[in-house]
Amino acid sequence: MKLKHLVTASALSALLLSQAQAGTLVINSNQSDPAPRETWTNIINDFEAANPDIDVQLNEYDHEGYKSAIRNWLVTSPPDVVFWFAGNRMKFFVDRGLFEPVSDVWEDNGMNETFRSTRASMTVEGEQYGVPATYYQWGIYYNADMFDELGLSEPQTWEEFIEVCETLKENGYTPITIGTKFLWTAAGWFDYLNLRTNGLDFHIDLMDGKIPYTDDRVRDTFANWRQLVDGDYFLENHASYSWQEAQAPLLNGDAGMYLMGNFLTPSFPEGSNYGFFQFPQINPEVGMFEDAPTDTIHIPSRAKNKADAKRFLAYVAQPEVQTRLNLGLNQLPPNSEAEAGDNHFLQEGLQMLSEADGTAQFYDRDTDPAMASEGMKGFQEFMVVPDRLDDILNNLERVRQRVFR
Amino acid sequence: MHEISGTDRWHRLIPWLFLLPAMLFFTVYVISPILQSIWISFFDWDGFGDKVFIGLGNYVELGEDPLFWTSLKNNILWLVFYMLAVPLGLGVALFLNQQVLGIRAVKSLFFFPFVISQVIVGVVFAWFYDPSYGLLQKALGLFGMGPLPILADETLVTYGIIAAGLWPQIAYTMILYLTGLNNLNPEQIEAARMDGAHGWKMLRHVILPQLRPATFLAIVVTVIGALRSFDLVATMTGGGPYGSSSVLAFFMYEQAIFNYRMGYGAAIATVLFAIMLIYISFFLWRMLRAERG
Repeated sequence: MKLKHLVTASALSALLLSQAQAGTLVINSNQSDPAPRETWTNIINDFEAANPDIDVQLNEYDHEGYKSAIRNWLVTSPPDVVFWFAGNRMKFFVDRGLFEPVSDVWEDNGMNETFRSTRASMTVEGEQYGVPATYYQWGIYYNADMFDELGLSEPQTWEEFIEVCETLKENGYTPITIGTKFLWTAAGWFDYLNLRTNGLDFHIDLMDGKIPYTDDRVRDTFANWRQLVDGDYFLENHASYSWQEAQAPLLNGDAGMYLMGNFLTPSFPEGSNYGFFQFPQINPEVGMFEDAPTDTIHIPSRAKNKADAKRFLAYVAQPEVQTRLNLGLNQLPPNSEAEAGDNHFLQEGLQMLSEADGTAQFYDRDTDPAMASEGMKGFQEFMVVPDRLDDILNNLERVRQRVFR
Repeated sequence: MHEISGTDRWHRLIPWLFLLPAMLFFTVYVISPILQSIWISFFDWDGFGDKVFIGLGNYVELGEDPLFWTSLKNNILWLVFYMLAVPLGLGVALFLNQQVLGIRAVKSLFFFPFVISQVIVGVVFAWFYDPSYGLLQKALGLFGMGPLPILADETLVTYGIIAAGLWPQIAYTMILYLTGLNNLNPEQIEAARMDGAHGWKMLRHVILPQLRPATFLAIVVTVIGALRSFDLVATMTGGGPYGSSSVLAFFMYEQAIFNYRMGYGAAIATVLFAIMLIYISFFLWRMLRAERG
C-alpha cells in the first residue's frame, strides 16, 4: 500500500514537474495516518474550492520514509510545499539554503501577532521560514480512578511526585509506564527533567552544543532522574517496548502514569477516567517550561510555483482553518485566534502552554540529528544501567565536540 | 594470408564484444560506486552541503567510537554463530531425505521460513521474545523462570537476533543439502555398504565427501548472509538497546541516513567492504585452485 503510494506519488510528481504546469501546486505530505490524512485532504479540498485557479497535487509518504526522502527532493526537484518540523530540524535546511523565507506571508497576515507563541521556533536570523500548522502539549497522563482509589492528588512538586510514585509502588502498581525501544520516549524525560532542573536557557544552550555534557548541572538533571530509576518506578523491561506497547499497562490498570504527548489521548477508551497534569516543579527558582513540538509547512527554495505555495501557507495560517485542522488532528492550533477542540486534555494543554514561561520543541528536534541519536541512546542506557553515567556522559561529550566543532 | 589474419583478429575480438555489455554495467554499477564510496569516506559531508576533505579523519574517529567496536564485535558473533546453519541444515536434510508418504509436504514446511521476508521473520521473533506476552516467556514460565527480556538485554540481544536469523538460514542450507543428497552416487553407497560401512562412518567418509560442493555453497551463502545482516537488526531492535545489537551494516545506515553523516557512513562501508574482500579473495583463490585441478 505504502510502496504503491510512493511509486505512484513519485511517478506523478515527476510527470507534473516535467510539465511544469502553471497553477499546479505540488504538496508532499507525511500525514499518512488515517485521521491526519483525512483532515488534511479536507483542508486541501477546501483550499482548491476557494482558489479555483489552483490545482493541488498531494503526494503522501509514510512518516519515517519521508524523513530521508525529503533531502533528495530539496536538492533536486522539490515540490512546492513540504511538511516538516520547527526549530533545529527546520534550521538544518535553512542553513543550507533549501527553504524559502516567507516573512512576507507573516507580515501580510498579521502572523507576527497571532503566531507569537511559535514565532521564535520559525525564525532564523530575523526571517521566518514556514508556517506552523499544529502543535501539542507534553505532560503526564494518569489513571484517575487509580489515584482516587489510593487518595492521591495531582502532584505539583518533585517531592509530591516521588510520594505518588512510592504510594503506587507500595500498592503493587507500576508507577510510570514507558517504552524506550525507539529511544525518543526517554528523551521526553530528559527534556522535562533538564528544563525543570536547569531552565530553558540552559537547555537550549545544551541543545546548541554550547555546554559540555559533563557539566555539573547536567549531572544534577541525571541525579534527579536517578531517584526515579533507583526507586524502580519505571516499567520493567521498558527497552523491549515501543511507545504504543507501553500504553497497555496504563490502559489495563497496571500502571499509573505516562509522560507523553497529547497524541496518546485517542487511545483512552470511551468512558474511561484519565487525567492530565503538568510535569511537576523541581527547582522553584526555575520557571515552568514545556515541550511543545510544532509541525510546520515550508516552501523549498527550488520550488516551481512559489506564488501559489505562499497562498496555501497563508490559507493554512487563517484562524478558522487552524481551528478545523486541529479539531481533526486532536491537537492545538498555533494561531492564538483559533479555537482548540472541546476536550479536557486539549483545554488543559492550551492553558498550560499559554501560561508557560517558554517552550522547547523536543530533544531530537532541538539539537543536531547526530547528537540526538547518540544522546537518546545514552538516555536509554542510563535508564537501564544508571551506574554507567560517567561513561555515557563522556561519550556524549565526545560526540558534542565533534558535532558542534 | 591477409584475409586469414583479418578473420583471426575478428575471432579474437568477438569474446570481448560479448563481454562488453557486462563489463560496462559492472563498471558503472559496481566498480565505480565502490570507488566513489571509498572517495567519499575521506570527506566530512552531510549529503548536500559542501564536502570538506579530512583525510583519514573518519577512520580515526571510527577507532574512538565505541559503537563501531560494538558493531564489529557483533559482526564477528554473527559470522561465528550463523555458521551453525550449515551443520543444522545438513541434519535436517538427512532427516528429511527419506521416502515416506507426505515427505514433500514436510519438506516444503521446513523450507517455508526461507520463503517469507526477513522483515516478517523479525517481527514474528520479536513477538516470540516479548517479555509480557511472548510464547518464549510462557514456555520459560512452565519451568518457573521469570520473564527474560532477550531483546532488551545487552548481553543476550545479539544471540536472540542470530537465532531468529538461523531459522530461515537453516532452511536455505537444508535445501542446498537436499539437492546434494539427490545427486549422490548410489553405486558408491552400495559399495560402501558391502564393505560394512554404515551410520557415522558412512556419513563421514562416503556421503560428506560427495556433498562437498553443497557444503562449500552453504558456507558461502551463510558468510554473505552474516555480513549482510541488517533487516533483522533493523526490524527487531533498531540496533538497541543503546546500540548493543548494532552491526556494521546497520551502523552505516544509521550514520548516513539519520545522522546526516555520509562521509562517516562511507568509511564504515569501506571497512565492511574490506572484511568482505578478505573473504572473497579466499573464495576466489579456492575456486581458481579447484578449476585448475
